Amino acid sequence: MRYTKSRAILCLVALVIVTQLLTRITGTSYYLTQLTMSAYYALVVIGLTVLMGYAGQISIGHAGFFAIGGYLSAALTTHNLIPLAGSPLVQFLGRLGVLVRGQDIYGEQLLTVTPWAACLAAILVAALIAFLLGIPVLKLKGHYLAMATLGFGTIIYRIALASDYFGEADGISEVPGFTLLPGVAGLPPLVVNGDFDSRVQNYYIAWGVLIIGMVLLLNLIDSRVGRALRSIHGSEEAAEAAGVDTARCKLQVFVLSAVYAALAGVLLTHYNGGLGPSEASVMKSVRYVALVAVGGMANLWGALVMGAGLTFLSLRGVFGSFDDAVFGAILILVMLFAPDGILSLRLNGLRTCLKRESTDR
Amino acid sequence: MLRIRNMEAGYGNLRVLKNISLHVDGGEIVTMIGANGAGKTTLLHTIIGLVRPTRGEVLFLGQDCRRLEARRIVAAGCALVPEGRQVFATMSVEENLILGGHVLQQREGRAAVLRELGHQYELFPVLRERRQQLAGTLSGGEQQMLAMGRALMSRPRLVMMDEPSTGLAPLVVRDIFRVVVRLREEGNTVLLVEQNARAALGIADRGYVLETGRVILQGPAGDLLANRDVQRAYLGREKIA
Repeated sequence: MRYTKSRAILCLVALVIVTQLLTRITGTSYYLTQLTMSAYYALVVIGLTVLMGYAGQISIGHAGFFAIGGYLSAALTTHNLIPLAGSPLVQFLGRLGVLVRGQDIYGEQLLTVTPWAACLAAILVAALIAFLLGIPVLKLKGHYLAMATLGFGTIIYRIALASDYFGEADGISEVPGFTLLPGVAGLPPLVVNGDFDSRVQNYYIAWGVLIIGMVLLLNLIDSRVGRALRSIHGSEEAAEAAGVDTARCKLQVFVLSAVYAALAGVLLTHYNGGLGPSEASVMKSVRYVALVAVGGMANLWGALVMGAGLTFLSLRGVFGSFDDAVFGAILILVMLFAPDGILSLRLNGLRTCLKRESTDR
Repeated sequence: MLRIRNMEAGYGNLRVLKNISLHVDGGEIVTMIGANGAGKTTLLHTIIGLVRPTRGEVLFLGQDCRRLEARRIVAAGCALVPEGRQVFATMSVEENLILGGHVLQQREGRAAVLRELGHQYELFPVLRERRQQLAGTLSGGEQQMLAMGRALMSRPRLVMMDEPSTGLAPLVVRDIFRVVVRLREEGNTVLLVEQNARAALGIADRGYVLETGRVILQGPAGDLLANRDVQRAYLGREKIA
């Protein structure tokens, strides 16, 4: 079990490296931009897979958590605190060392929150909101839970669209890069940004984060907690009778998936240098659900492959203006013909094919 | 072991159980028989904490468990084999059993769970044969054994079984009841809820008859088997005097 798991991870690492080398050889390194973004979206999808596929709790509001991460990090690192410099709160933050001075393109003085502090704050807020929302909402089941999370997603979308602080319909732009590690001993610093020179570096950062996230989830699924989650999916009552604290388990995994979404939101926003309200829209949430379904619901590998693959195609503009329609259609088709995900369909087809051949002989 | 006095319970405004008193002592098989809707399942759910009693007293091992959450009652040593088995269909047989040891692992660690797993395989050899199979692919009888094994994995002091014979062939029912008797021989205590009154009273030490939420009869199993009213209502044997 453990053996195949680590082998699969190694294969993925190899694939990531080979892909990068291929784009270099063929001179198509512009693909790396979309591949980087796909990795961040796939991070949302694998987090949601644990919630939906394993614990059996649907959420049509995960774009909301993505947006909370992205927007808070963007707002904190771009809004100038100079006019408020005298206030006790800003002075306190300054003493904590979480503020940074800079200059904007017109030479104006800037005082903003450092990306690390903004990132942590954004993820903490997302986790806290998921926690507070989860306590009442996770008591609901099936359609009712779907409706409640849909309501949450809509609220976040409208807040992003309506508040001046979050840039209304324009969103937030000119978000600075996120220096993960400062340059040491001659090595260049590790920065999440959209600069042309750091494209390869960002590709590896994104896929590295995704792979680490994947390893953590794979281990979670195999643990005592993972078994408890899957038992909740089977029968909440029987799980409860086996001594599983179902309410707490559901809440924990809801918060965990929200943190994955928020982290993806933070990193993608710094990578793109901004974000708009469409990231918080309900269509995005539906898309994440579709990607979980197409990956096979309770299948982390399927979610990763489909999440990254289809998002990549979508970002390359393969589906044109039919983008959302394509994801809607995918959701319907998967539910009708391959409720265990596309990967299972292909394997089953192959299996019947092989069987037919062996009986023919 | 278990002592219930003047307990009432139900759902919302609906009172299902009215003024129930019963007790189960260590090492006994006690059976609760009754027709559909008599409140048998509600009774078990109230004992294990899935339903809250509205009045009266529930003492398990001397501990008041009216306010305790289900997992604490399970951890204290009470296990339920739910009605309709409710095995986790998409998990393997072994995973189902290990999940049953959820509280045991919390308390004594993984080694204790693996030891207990060996014990269940000994008790139910068919589960060992099918350990890697998905639980949903087992036959009804095998699923019932799995549900029992899963409950026993927590090394309970009291095992409660909710209609283990439902939907099973008579021969399979005999196997299941044989296991129940063996559990008593190994020093376990069993509270068996059944519609199959004859089979249940055949192996039990004592019995209670539940009708529309009230205990209407109780006594040694042999006495109940001989009782006219019980025969007429539950054993389908009407003698014309």
